[in-house]
Amino acid sequence: MKMRTLATFLILAVVLTTVPAAAKDNTIRIGFNIPLTGEIPKVGEASKFAAEMLKREINGAGGLQVGDQRYPLEFIYEDNESKAESAVAVAQKLIDRNKVLAIIGPNSSKQAVPAGEICDINETPMISPWSTNPDTTRDRPWVFRAAFLDPFQGPVAVDFAMAQFGAKTAAVLYALANDYSKGLAEIFRDDFETKNGSGTVLAFESYGDKDQDFSAQLTRIIAAKPDFIFLPNNYNEVALAVKQAHDLGWKGPFMGSDAWGSAELMNLCGDDCKGHYFSTHYAAAGATGATREFIDRYRKTYGYVPDDVAALTWDAVRLVLAAIQNHGSLTGKVRNDRTAIRDALAGIPEFDGVTGKMRFNDQGDPIKCAVVVRISDTGEFVFTKSVCP
Amino acid sequence: MFDTLLQNLINAMQWGSFYSLIALGYTLVYGVLLLINFAHGDIVMVGSYIAFFVATLFLGHYDLFPVALPGPLVLALTVPLTMILTALVGVTLERIAYRPLRRKGAHRLYVVITALMCGLILENGNLALLGASRKKFPELVDKVIYTAGGVSVTNLKIAVILTAVLVFVGLHLIVTKTRMGMAMRAISYDKFAVPLMGIPIDTVIVFTFVLGSSMAGLAGILFALSYPILDPYMGLSIGWKAFIAAVVGGIGDIRGAFAGGFILGFVEIMVVAFFPSTYRDLFAFTILLIILTLRPTGLFGVPKTTKV
Repeated sequence: MKMRTLATFLILAVVLTTVPAAAKDNTIRIGFNIPLTGEIPKVGEASKFAAEMLKREINGAGGLQVGDQRYPLEFIYEDNESKAESAVAVAQKLIDRNKVLAIIGPNSSKQAVPAGEICDINETPMISPWSTNPDTTRDRPWVFRAAFLDPFQGPVAVDFAMAQFGAKTAAVLYALANDYSKGLAEIFRDDFETKNGSGTVLAFESYGDKDQDFSAQLTRIIAAKPDFIFLPNNYNEVALAVKQAHDLGWKGPFMGSDAWGSAELMNLCGDDCKGHYFSTHYAAAGATGATREFIDRYRKTYGYVPDDVAALTWDAVRLVLAAIQNHGSLTGKVRNDRTAIRDALAGIPEFDGVTGKMRFNDQGDPIKCAVVVRISDTGEFVFTKSVCP
Repeated sequence: MFDTLLQNLINAMQWGSFYSLIALGYTLVYGVLLLINFAHGDIVMVGSYIAFFVATLFLGHYDLFPVALPGPLVLALTVPLTMILTALVGVTLERIAYRPLRRKGAHRLYVVITALMCGLILENGNLALLGASRKKFPELVDKVIYTAGGVSVTNLKIAVILTAVLVFVGLHLIVTKTRMGMAMRAISYDKFAVPLMGIPIDTVIVFTFVLGSSMAGLAGILFALSYPILDPYMGLSIGWKAFIAAVVGGIGDIRGAFAGGFILGFVEIMVVAFFPSTYRDLFAFTILLIILTLRPTGLFGVPKTTKV
């Protein structure tokens, strides 16, 4: 009896694990390696929502037209808990078990850099919607991204602050354990000092993982009397840092980076963040054309204005679908199709996304513009300036 | 320079107050049961969430209570209610997780592991029930920033420091001056002889958990007011560090927890004030390690001798 139950279980297990792989159905399977829990859950949610919206649209029309056939889409969402090690495991699982054709995500560089390695080794196309650290795609032919890079974003912030605040000096507070934050902070410092002379970044302070108190770092920053404070940090930490700086008597401006741009920033930060600036991928307030249409639909479906991650995910998924359509056929053999998609992605001449026009350079990085937005008194991110490479 | 130093002293006082408040909870339970209640940091987190729900209830965010009360009144209601509810959580943990093991005479090691698991259950239970998105704690009292020279203090910071001192004095009096306190010390001294003297050991243990958890609730409120972004893992790192503070002070001794919390707060803040902030944890914990090497029982701890 026991043996039989065990055998049934084993057979069942084998069947269950092999069925998704063996199914010679006509679906296009795309995996999502996104942070649904952990540090930045709103980012994962935005990605999932945008992807669901796109899937509904295409499947509602009978599937994606490739050559003379229509393929329904199947999206598999896996939670990477906003941890590097989980992102690696998720990538491996999507590639081996779910046999996806391409992977969207991870979103932050902290997870995208290690997960990119896995996708590159396993020859599976990956597009990170939101990662801006150069290492994500560097020398990895299989890895792409939909966002601009930090070496571009850093100077945008520097130039903007110099023009807007008339800044001659700056201070930086960054998260040491976060590849994104640390990388961008260093690029910013180097660029600022090249333009204003060495020693003009008066304080360059960091904090650790899960820290909530930054008072000592901020005291040091405020005592140095910089013209503004640069905060290349995730929105939850921004809310804490800005508040604590105000408590310590700071009245000057803050400049932020694209990690500020979550729909949740204003819920957490409130009045303290109003009037400050950050560089980002698109400005929702005052958008036109296809971008406007995307924003309206998203807001109607989910009840809030989509943030940059939602828009970039939308673009990233559409890039993959465009690549499949450009290639014109699918063989049903996962390895061949993955190669075809990668080649087609690299060969996309120009893509018109909701976050602007872009094309990939030979590193798999898009050449596209950045915008600087101001947080208005009503909490909207208002377009201030656009900077193109 | 002097301004900065003074400012950092105040920062350290505030940050140390949190460590102290939480370390007091560790030390109370350890003092009585010789149990390291690793779930304590997460009980603080639960305290913050309870405070959040109580405060938003009285601010009229739910249909259950449609009237919005003024902020100070809400705070006055939130503090006792949160302390009571958090104490209930602590007692429940003791009742369902620790007591059955104690009854079966399990080794202390297993109880410690159970405590770790309880912490994980609290974190992940919260994650499952409330979702991963963070909560913003409402501002209940208007923030006032006092500035003198280059030094800024908020009314909240002063309140936090005062509370920590008052709680310490209160607990110290309870433990040293009351009959219940005497019973607690007696159990810590010899838990086999105490029941023979007719002291209800379970009552004393429940009382200890009530004290420790209500202090965690209080710490949770103050923490949520000072760092108003709540997430399920917020108690993790501060809980571990407060445990270290309790050990450095000499775990089991209330003065030790109080002093240890402030020492850790001072060391962390001052390392950042004088060295690159990148090295904060490296330097801070090296200093604590040196203190422990010199005094392995902690500052106020007394070495225990085992009779053969």
